[in-house]
Amino acid sequence: MHHALHIKNGIVIDPKNGVKAEKMDIFVKNGKIVEESELKGEDVKVIDATNKLVVAGGVDMHAHIAGSKMNTGRTMRPEEMRVVRNIANKFRAAIGRVLLTSPAIGYEYTKMGYTSVFEAAQPPIGALHTHEELDAIPMLDKAALPVFGNWHFVLKYVAEKEMEKLKAFIAWAIERTKGFGVKVVNPGGVEAWMYGGNVSSLDDQVPGFNVTPREIILSLIQATEELKLNHSVHLHCNRLGVPGNYETTIESIRLASKFSNDARQVLHVTHVQFNSYAGDSWRTVASGAEEIAKTVNAMDNVTIDMGQPIFGHATAMTGDAPFQFTLHRLTGSRWSNKDSEVEGGAGIVPIAYLPKNPVHALQWAIGMELGLLTDSDKVVLTTDYPNGGPFTEYPYIMAMLMSRKMREGELEKVSPFVQKASNLPAIDVEKTLEEVIHMTRSLPARILGLPNKGHLGIGADADIAIYDLDPLNVDTSNDFEKIYKTFKTAVYTIKDGIIVAKDGNLVEEYWGKTYWVDATGRVDLEAIKADLEDYFRYYSVELQNYGVEESWLKKPERIVI
Amino acid sequence: MVENVICTFCGSVCDDGQFDIEQFKSKKLCKLGSSKFSKKERIKAPMIDGKEVSYEKAIEKAAEILVNAKKPLLYGWASTVNEAIRLGVILTEKVRGIYDQCASVCHAPGTLAVIEEGLPGGSLGAIKNRADVVIFWGANPMEAHPRHGMRYSISAKGLLIKDRKQRKVIVVDVRPTKTAKLADDFIQIKPGYDYPIISALRAIISGNADVVPDEVGGVSKEKLMELAETMKNAKYGAILYGLGVTQSRGRDRNIENAVKLIQLLNRTTRWVIWPMRGHYNVVGAGEVPAWEAGYQYAIDFSRGYPRFSPAEFSAVEVLKRKDCDAALIIASDPAAHFPKAAVKHLKDIPVIQIDPFPNMTTLLANVVIPSAVAGLEAEGTAYRMDGIPLRVKKVVDSEYWSDEQILEKLLEKVEEFKG
Ligand code: SF4
Ligand SMILES: [Zn+2]
Repeated sequence: MHHALHIKNGIVIDPKNGVKAEKMDIFVKNGKIVEESELKGEDVKVIDATNKLVVAGGVDMHAHIAGSKMNTGRTMRPEEMRVVRNIANKFRAAIGRVLLTSPAIGYEYTKMGYTSVFEAAQPPIGALHTHEELDAIPMLDKAALPVFGNWHFVLKYVAEKEMEKLKAFIAWAIERTKGFGVKVVNPGGVEAWMYGGNVSSLDDQVPGFNVTPREIILSLIQATEELKLNHSVHLHCNRLGVPGNYETTIESIRLASKFSNDARQVLHVTHVQFNSYAGDSWRTVASGAEEIAKTVNAMDNVTIDMGQPIFGHATAMTGDAPFQFTLHRLTGSRWSNKDSEVEGGAGIVPIAYLPKNPVHALQWAIGMELGLLTDSDKVVLTTDYPNGGPFTEYPYIMAMLMSRKMREGELEKVSPFVQKASNLPAIDVEKTLEEVIHMTRSLPARILGLPNKGHLGIGADADIAIYDLDPLNVDTSNDFEKIYKTFKTAVYTIKDGIIVAKDGNLVEEYWGKTYWVDATGRVDLEAIKADLEDYFRYYSVELQNYGVEESWLKKPERIVI
Repeated sequence: MVENVICTFCGSVCDDGQFDIEQFKSKKLCKLGSSKFSKKERIKAPMIDGKEVSYEKAIEKAAEILVNAKKPLLYGWASTVNEAIRLGVILTEKVRGIYDQCASVCHAPGTLAVIEEGLPGGSLGAIKNRADVVIFWGANPMEAHPRHGMRYSISAKGLLIKDRKQRKVIVVDVRPTKTAKLADDFIQIKPGYDYPIISALRAIISGNADVVPDEVGGVSKEKLMELAETMKNAKYGAILYGLGVTQSRGRDRNIENAVKLIQLLNRTTRWVIWPMRGHYNVVGAGEVPAWEAGYQYAIDFSRGYPRFSPAEFSAVEVLKRKDCDAALIIASDPAAHFPKAAVKHLKDIPVIQIDPFPNMTTLLANVVIPSAVAGLEAEGTAYRMDGIPLRVKKVVDSEYWSDEQILEKLLEKVEEFKG
């Protein structure tokens, strides 16, 4: 039920609007943040936030929360499902250790004060499955990023330098998948995997096509920018998980230098931890994070997210099918694979990050290095859930970023390999509370191109989290335990102006929106009609039956460009 | 004529059908499919104890049965759409019953193998476009999925594999099936010898041919060496397995072993493995509960949260143990397929049936609720045997309520009764 709200006496941190821990009142009506004058004559519910931190709801721009790889993970790992989080009553039963059921995903993000989460890899042929699962997640606003980097259409248009057709195809594909933007996973490498291979540099030829990963990335950035999509290209780099890959990552990041955009980055590079390894084997592996952070800091149009591993259980699942096979061989663990039509693949492998394992400890240290050394205006906090670990441990990362003392304590528990292979022990950066709020709210919202998210200015969506923390009286360097505990459970989570959780208890089941971007008005779809018809002879579904209609979604929110 | 009609009979979920509304007749579908899309004997009206009643009355009675039961079994689901299945899972959770689906009596061993080893697979489109070697193992698509070969596997025209000549088709089975007749090579094995034959292939491919005896399961070593060679030399191979493997000696261990074979092959080339699932949405009947409740089948909600234990909570076990006191059967016919002891308990407890067509289960059901045929009279999402989602269509109007409508109302009623 929609109440008008008056959040009284809270201490607001709102980086987008330059509000740095100020005592302020916030007013909400019809799901939006409004001026006080708008509440005249309304039945107002007052929330006393005296000495409490008031911020925008968390925005997770890169997690895997829906679709066939997630569900295959659940099927493959019943051992993951034996943690009971909620018993069925007014709310749904919710279970899962790291891999959660759909209701559990909605509930747990909500308890933590997160209100929007983006699924970062939607296989085009399985788009409807992704949306079915997104629709089964309560509470949150959602969206999905379809993958383009190995789609034969893209490879063909890039090879033929058909930029107009590439743009038309992207607009068509995003509309058909009810997607949000352009995700790219190991461009060219997944196609090579269909022959058991991979690509090893930005200049390898993709088998069967006269293109290279470099050309694919450049063309996709150009097309995305010319289409003016909300979000930039979202890149999972080539050579993920390979020692020495940090050089490829830096080369990929630099590709953005040819482009500019006043509103946002032109390239977002994701879960960079997995792409920041120096050395030439697992014996000589070391951190390349410092170099990467330097490169990102020196550019004004690239952002990254951490992909921070959390010690304990996780499940690797990416569209990077060749990497997943390598991981299966490396760990000897179970392996599921999904080659899909003529556009991509995926793999799923269970994993556990162990503090005493030198490689795992190094990965953990690299994630932290990236978070600490990169400008707070360019790095988003993620674990690449469930690849690096559970999103429920975001508060751990927040506390670590703010406290050198906490890091020192943690460093004592991990493999000493970290001491020589990374710079983490020497880093004394401590992010401020405001910076961490930015990294989890305003920054991801800006990166995604969602002006109404991630802040508390007039007109913003009333997605609000209130925490039991007085930012004016907290020593974030020393009180890391308090920070951790505080961000685990919001005192209030408010979604679209509705109180959905209080003190870690769910209050009301609510269904958020699914955003999708319609750029078809910017292109000439006729230009690709013949190609589509021709191409669909190779698909196993009819062109007329392909795609997701808006009316099939529970609460679609179309963004017309 | 309605174009691109989606067939809701077998797991091939062909989406290129045509339907002539005037003549009430389908085109392009196979015999199995067109019989589903033709006028058939229907359950005429909702019934309570054989007496015709309104939908509302029947649903109210069904809700009463479920609410009064201590532990109801809600079984079937393989021949309805995801929207109905989702409501079914939520309903099972609400009444703290047991959710189980048809896979528990057919392809469940494959799911157990996924838990042990994973499932290195690919979509049927990937196979159509790339596979130069296809092995049907204990599967006979020509009879169970008649258009599978033409659309996806045997003679499908793909991007890289242009025609039948460029693709080698091998059938491994205990008898010469219709599919075997179309194969380039048919390897007849002794019943129950799948496991040792797969082991022999693994040994040969990993360079240990010397441990393989002269004959395994009715197949000569020479033949096995030849098969191993074909597999190694494939550019992109696929094993498509059927009930012949999951329901013969070794069951889930057979699939596990086959998955290990696939893992091995992927070190040097590309192979995938995938089950040939039967009903048009048996995949959805597992996928939906997996995201809603964490597991694919045999799920007990009696404690208010889902627990999975196939040996305990699968329908046959529950019925044999008399561990349920009511049953809702939807889109399946356990009375015709379950063992006698299980059917006997079904006769002793109140049974609700939801189905478009009368079957053996109708005869023992206390409440019968006829439903619209999905794909013909109702729409919704189904997952093809490879997990590819398709939205099946509503082609003609009908008086019957859809499964989704019925379950929505039933859930509403149950909530009302529970207060
Ligand atoms: S093969 Fe299966 S899905 Fe295709 S027409 Fe025949 S019965 Fe229908
Ligand atoms: Zn990811």
